[in-house]
Amino acid sequence: MSLELKAIEKKVGEETHIYQTDLRFEKNTINVLLGSTLAGKTTLMQIMAGLDKPTSGEIWFNEKNVTGIKVQKRNVSMVYQQFINYPNFTVYENIASPLKIIGIDKSEINQRVNKVADLLKLTPMLEKKPNELSGGQQQRTALARALVKDSELILLDEPLANLDFKLREELREELPKLFKDRDCIVVYATTEPTDALLIGGYTATLLEGKVIQHGKTLDVYNKPNNLDSAKVFSDPPMNIAEINKKGEFCSLLTEEVNWKTNLNLRDGKYKVGIRPHNITTYKEGKNSIEINGKVLISELSGSESLIHFTNGDLNWVSLSEGIHQKGVGEQTKLFMNADEFLYFDNNNQLVGNV
Amino acid sequence: MSKITLKDLSHSYLKLQSKDEDWAIRNVNIDWQDGGAYALLGPSGCGKTTLLNIISGLITPTRGKILFNDQDITSKNPVERNIAQIFQFPVIYDTMTVFENLAFPLRNRKIPDEEINKKVNEIAEMLELTPTLQNRASGLTADGKQKISLGRGLARSDVNVIMFDEPLTVIDPHLKWILRSKLKELHQRIKRTMIYVTHDQTEALTFADQVVVMHEGQIVQTGTPVELFEKPKHTFVGHFIGSPGMNILPCKINNGSVIVDDTKIENFNSKISNQNFSKIELGIRPEFISFNDDGLPVKIINVSNTGKNNIVETESKTGKIKLITKASEKIPEGSAFLNFKKEYTYVYGDNWIVE
Repeated sequence: MSLELKAIEKKVGEETHIYQTDLRFEKNTINVLLGSTLAGKTTLMQIMAGLDKPTSGEIWFNEKNVTGIKVQKRNVSMVYQQFINYPNFTVYENIASPLKIIGIDKSEINQRVNKVADLLKLTPMLEKKPNELSGGQQQRTALARALVKDSELILLDEPLANLDFKLREELREELPKLFKDRDCIVVYATTEPTDALLIGGYTATLLEGKVIQHGKTLDVYNKPNNLDSAKVFSDPPMNIAEINKKGEFCSLLTEEVNWKTNLNLRDGKYKVGIRPHNITTYKEGKNSIEINGKVLISELSGSESLIHFTNGDLNWVSLSEGIHQKGVGEQTKLFMNADEFLYFDNNNQLVGNV
Repeated sequence: MSKITLKDLSHSYLKLQSKDEDWAIRNVNIDWQDGGAYALLGPSGCGKTTLLNIISGLITPTRGKILFNDQDITSKNPVERNIAQIFQFPVIYDTMTVFENLAFPLRNRKIPDEEINKKVNEIAEMLELTPTLQNRASGLTADGKQKISLGRGLARSDVNVIMFDEPLTVIDPHLKWILRSKLKELHQRIKRTMIYVTHDQTEALTFADQVVVMHEGQIVQTGTPVELFEKPKHTFVGHFIGSPGMNILPCKINNGSVIVDDTKIENFNSKISNQNFSKIELGIRPEFISFNDDGLPVKIINVSNTGKNNIVETESKTGKIKLITKASEKIPEGSAFLNFKKEYTYVYGDNWIVE
């Protein structure tokens, strides 16, 4: 089983919504489409589902060209951000509806609905109507309907976006488990980097209609192949600065901050990307570099402290474990973990992460 | 600006009430000091929107009083209360320029042009809207529009309180960070009383000095972010704050000692008496658990990497226990023993902390 987009392009009038894209998803994988609003996630999914046609290019499923075949003729399920259920049907009838349409007999419907309801913790609600349920339960119902069909392709378009923080956390944890023993390809669109990390599997980063990188989720996170991919996959936002490399030393352009590096690169200007948790109020790693900051604001989350600070033209965020309250305008010392730096060249391509 | 007091507030949407569930909020008492940054945190349906509407005057409470600077304003209408409110979706005038949008609440109050100019420029500067002041508001992005809503809330200096109702819900994650810290920065500068209502713990904890946690119409705890994290007074606070939330495990009390799965667990309380609870549990946050040579025996079920940390899911005889370890730390395979940090291990009787 596989899903393949071959040189897909989507234009609406003069505007390009999806630039030429090649993607291949394999059997039994979860694939996250990660990008901000308008990056093209929904358009890509609609093309995958057959709800929309590409301007050019082909979609192949199980090594067969399915371009132009309508959604009804494909074995696809889709779940949206808005909870979509039949308001006059009970939860049971909602879940059973796709099976009824294809004419499966009653006893099998009963068995399959009960099984999937159990999986999604909906058994006590089966006789209720959707409007008697919480948002989380309504979305579980929509998910159950997508799962009961045994679709080969399941598309989830920001399914957790309208849920409360805690419900999102709970359902996000269950999702990968739901698909574990199923023969299907799952595509999951989200704007949240944390979602991608916790769901695991594979991730494609998207920006303004372009797929920037596609690979195993942790590989994309740890080795973004360019600056855009790194930015899309960083929450809080990545700290970026121009640096000068001369011999075995790198320095920030703005201030006398230097560090030794064994990067095998020509001397010259580069960019460094530093994730907020690699700038802390305490030393971490073997290559710890001191940097002075003027505190803009500090935010405490109870277990962590975010300190927004400036250094020359830099406006950065640091994330430390524990409670570190700093006053507005205070001068403070912070430590950067140089073992975790990402280096980019002037074309914003990754050149090293040593 | 004002000090806000909510006194014995209860509200029901029903005509007759017979049980606790009939009340949308119950026995709410709050003292909010002048100039503070506060958050109301809870899941949907906890009563936070009802409470917000009572403060703004859209709902008259069934019981209790609201005071601004010790004056009872319970019977006053929303206009008389003089409150600025910012909603989930940006409310702007599309045909007006950014400048006119920001000036609108001031023009309504017949403030002289010169003063309006000064004020609008100041607000625009703070929110980084200066370059767009003469543009039409309709052309702005979602976060640009929400900035205008924020700016309009901040423009008037005579309001008693500024209330934010889930203001960042429609904003993309990377812009959320920017707007949120901007808001906090603004609070530090202008020191107005601000109340931020949300279901998102990160937003509540990072914005507010004091957070009120609501659950099923009641306040379960009020405290600083650190207090709520380090010492939850109610299992709901433990569960709701923190990601993942606190592990809550059934336990037994035996001669003052706490027993989970036949293992004695050292905890915050050196001696616990056998009180008459129908349910007794132990609470420990994932951040305060580590692998050890002995302790509570568990099986490792799952590990998820969050970039900087690992969330390790384990299973004990009594139930699942999650812990957070550094991404660089080695995780034992198969079975392991867990150690709980004594000073952050609490006992809860019928969901409330036993002290």
